[in-house]
Amino acid sequence: MELPGLLKGLGVTFRAMLKPAVTVQYPHVKEAPPARARGVIALKEENCTVCMLCARQCPDWCIYIEGYKDKAPPRREGGKARTVQKLDRFDIDYSLCMYCGICVEVCPFDALFWSPEYEYSEAKIADLLHDKEKLGEWMESVPEPLPLEVGALAPKKAAK
Amino acid sequence: MIGIDLAYWQSTGIKVAVVLGIIPAGALIFGYVFLLKMMSHMQSRLGPMEAGFHGSLQLVADGLKFLQKEDIFPAKADRFVFGIAPLVVLMSTFLLYVVIPAGPDLIVEDLDTGIFFAMAVSSLSVLGILMAGWASANKYSLIGALRAAGQLIAYELPLILAVVGVIVQAGTMSMQGIVMAQADGEIFGIGAIGNPYLFTQFFGFVIFLIAAQAELTQAPFDMPVAESELVAGYMTEYTGFRFLFFFMAEFGTAFAFAAIGATLFLGGWYVPGVEGDLANLLGPFVLFAKIMAVAFLIFWIRFSYPRLREDQLQTLAWKYLIPLSLLNIAATGILKVAL
Repeated sequence: MELPGLLKGLGVTFRAMLKPAVTVQYPHVKEAPPARARGVIALKEENCTVCMLCARQCPDWCIYIEGYKDKAPPRREGGKARTVQKLDRFDIDYSLCMYCGICVEVCPFDALFWSPEYEYSEAKIADLLHDKEKLGEWMESVPEPLPLEVGALAPKKAAK
Repeated sequence: MIGIDLAYWQSTGIKVAVVLGIIPAGALIFGYVFLLKMMSHMQSRLGPMEAGFHGSLQLVADGLKFLQKEDIFPAKADRFVFGIAPLVVLMSTFLLYVVIPAGPDLIVEDLDTGIFFAMAVSSLSVLGILMAGWASANKYSLIGALRAAGQLIAYELPLILAVVGVIVQAGTMSMQGIVMAQADGEIFGIGAIGNPYLFTQFFGFVIFLIAAQAELTQAPFDMPVAESELVAGYMTEYTGFRFLFFFMAEFGTAFAFAAIGATLFLGGWYVPGVEGDLANLLGPFVLFAKIMAVAFLIFWIRFSYPRLREDQLQTLAWKYLIPLSLLNIAATGILKVAL
């Protein structure tokens, strides 16, 4: 018979009406995002070797990188000066970014991190292009990595 | 009972002004309380919260927005018919308010055939809807209008037949007469709360609610405006204040049907123990409370059920509601004579 189901449906909506709504009134009330939320990508500039892996893996080509070769002091006394790559430009265009996180995954030297910050909307779309200074500022909001699970293998090498 | 004598033109002017005020007010109240707030909470969300206290001015803002919009006529539209169709629909809503009593003296015109008149003018809206659908020169609009016509004709019958049970029991078609019959009535010899026909005409009330739901083209009977199939049916091509007229007519008619339901089955403006001038004063508030109760049922069903299929809609009307309402009339008639 259909009737009991119909009445049950009315009961469901009635009970939902009496329960408090789940809506968060965003500008007035702010919800803390979880620690691993994908809010914005932060750049740790000194770790970057301008390897371009992130820019090449980016599905919508929103990462712009330019770099140059430079000399760094030798590691040991009397050694040869090292050749390093440095960043001229590292921009992420957040009007294109789809927050897939592939750049963070592929980065071999831990230069990119997820930060849970999400309040960076802009009136002008061009302002969504974050340069390396602004991406560096986001590093402050990157949370400490979560502790490993009990029994997990220790990481082979500590991050630089 | 009120000791002021007004000339005919004065009283008519007041009545017109009151009805002109009630329709937008009723539409706003229903739109806010049910469409914006009740539906939102049934879906575990808050609905509009910014315009005014808890979004109470949201519909006023929306109305102002509609007034500012361009009055667009489609290139191939029949301009004259397209233009007046919303007015025809709104006019049917206005005429409904002629016979709804809000107190012993608070009625525009206590016609002897009051409920008959209300049922008759409520069907006028079909004309406006057909005009709108035809004149839009748009196939979605035309299909929507034809669906509306088929649906409104099918559900007119159970609606009127459900009302006939009340008329038989009350012995009058006048709306005031029906209110007084309920006020003076008794249930099994107990006359303390009168006899709201909700008890004796319960099946009539259920059939009336279902048919009114279809007459108002509310879900689950909203095929004429089905968004996912017909965009917005006969309203597809309308913008600006003409669309606003359709919106006001929809909720103004819902208000009127809730008022008719409250008058026929819940005793209208009558509340036990209130007589004379006090009834004139309290009547509108009592009626309003009863309207909200009936409207709650209508909108509760609207927000809970998904849309029926077109053939299911027709089956429900012709195979179930009409025979049941005929049975209801027969039972009422037999009991009326026997008791």
